[in-house]
Amino acid sequence: MSQWLLAPLQYPFMVRGLIAVIMVGTVCAVVGTYVVLRGMAFFGDALAHAILPGVAVGYLLGNGAREPLFWWALIASVVSALGIGAISRNTKIKEDTAIGIIFAGMFALGITLISTVRSYSVDLSHFLFGDVLGVSGKDLWLSGSFSLLILLSVFGFYKEFLVLSFDPILAATLRLPAKLLDFFLMILIALAIVVSLQTVGVALMVAMLVTPAATAYLISPRLPRMIFVAAFIASLSGLIGLYLSYYFSLASGGVIVLTTTLIFLIVWAWRNVRWRKA
Amino acid sequence: MSLTEELIKTRHWISHRHPHAVGSPLLKVEHLSLRYDGFNALEDISFEIKHGERVAIVGPNGAGKSTLLKIIAGVLKPSEGNIDIYGHEPSGHICIGYVPQRNQVDWNFPVTVRDVVMMGRIGKLGLFHNPTRHDWEIVQQALETVGITPLAHRLIHQLSGGQQQRMFIARALAQEAELLLLDEPLTGLDLTTQEDIFRILEILQTKGVTVLLALHDLKLAEEHFDKVLLLNVRLIAFGSPNQVLQPDILLQAYGGHLHFVQSSQGIVAVEGSCCEGGEEHP
Repeated sequence: MSQWLLAPLQYPFMVRGLIAVIMVGTVCAVVGTYVVLRGMAFFGDALAHAILPGVAVGYLLGNGAREPLFWWALIASVVSALGIGAISRNTKIKEDTAIGIIFAGMFALGITLISTVRSYSVDLSHFLFGDVLGVSGKDLWLSGSFSLLILLSVFGFYKEFLVLSFDPILAATLRLPAKLLDFFLMILIALAIVVSLQTVGVALMVAMLVTPAATAYLISPRLPRMIFVAAFIASLSGLIGLYLSYYFSLASGGVIVLTTTLIFLIVWAWRNVRWRKA
Repeated sequence: MSLTEELIKTRHWISHRHPHAVGSPLLKVEHLSLRYDGFNALEDISFEIKHGERVAIVGPNGAGKSTLLKIIAGVLKPSEGNIDIYGHEPSGHICIGYVPQRNQVDWNFPVTVRDVVMMGRIGKLGLFHNPTRHDWEIVQQALETVGITPLAHRLIHQLSGGQQQRMFIARALAQEAELLLLDEPLTGLDLTTQEDIFRILEILQTKGVTVLLALHDLKLAEEHFDKVLLLNVRLIAFGSPNQVLQPDILLQAYGGHLHFVQSSQGIVAVEGSCCEGGEEHP
């Protein structure tokens, strides 16, 4: 068993992959706790897809270099988050419709841009489904610093985000800047998505945001525990997924997400059985 | 509200709030109106409330009771008119407690009773400050005042209706609220539990908290409040229960949906829409 676990670690790409899945799992799950509690799953999914044109522009301009991808993806996600807010605030269009419009439009723009490149389908699939074993040392430093920033922000604004999520009216009567905090949370979700881009890809991102947090929600009485349990489940799924992907040559993003889904189903079934007995 | 306004508000958040001007009434509402998409939710409402008074807001469904409470809390902005709380607009105060309608709360949110009551302290704590021992003592006292100390570590989905209301009142106490707004807190509670809530409101009155409560039951309004505000988009009447709860005045607010029954305690009004098989107002 230990041989089975340790053997892959002789390859630096596996070590980097391992660090990446734990980092991404933690960040997505922590931010995802608020996504689940506030019912923002569709928003998270849309935001993940909407960064594709940014990825495409970075890819076209950077000649395959990874760093520009990161920054352009960041710009695209912030623009999309702002766009969704602006449309739903200033017209009678409901928020989910606004999300649908922006999400599909941006995604289409991304696909069109990427299709101008010859090796289109291979590259596109990496953006869509991730390529955790292709993470470079430089990528790790960049995503690592942003991950740290996200975690520090979530912990620093813990009580403000708590009030805002549980009771927006209380947030208003306590004169917290609710819109600003809402916007800040959106930016944190966007950052988490960009950080995770290479590990799970845009198409499966919502699973990293929602599934571990939802699993934790089922078994955690209080919010702090929910955050830690979610981060643990996500990191564990990342590890299991990475090993399965290594030994059976499966798509890493897919296996990682399947693992989180399986854990969710097991916990859900267990809770249901217990609930019926009680 | 624009982001710039938000930023200006952030400054308030960190710096100090408006001082309470001495001698001004606790709450002064002048010519307040709110329009949504061309129709009036509230129209030209003016009244004043003194410190320590207990005021009931009554009126039919859709009369704008919740809307009025939210405007006073500073959560909604009126289209026209002024609201002064101790001589300043609501957005300058963090001394306004608001108890939401029970069905507007996510009872599956993973927090304990103590967590929710501590939320009331957040306005005083400020950014990046954790609750101190002093804050926890205030939370403890608030729980004691409303009589739910043993429930401190319960999850909120384990509470009964009356306990839920007590928790929110405790939160307002922890917030050191001087004006407490309650939106239909008695709906769905049995008589004993309603009496318990009124006992707690009496304790609040001795602590100098002014209470403004929206409710359906005109009899409770008559028994437990200093003043009654009868609302149906416009302010129909405002005064002591005896002045306001008169058949001809009530008829103006409720129209034909109210029946009057003579009883030993005087005239009792019954809202009739439920019994005629007709549909409820939205």
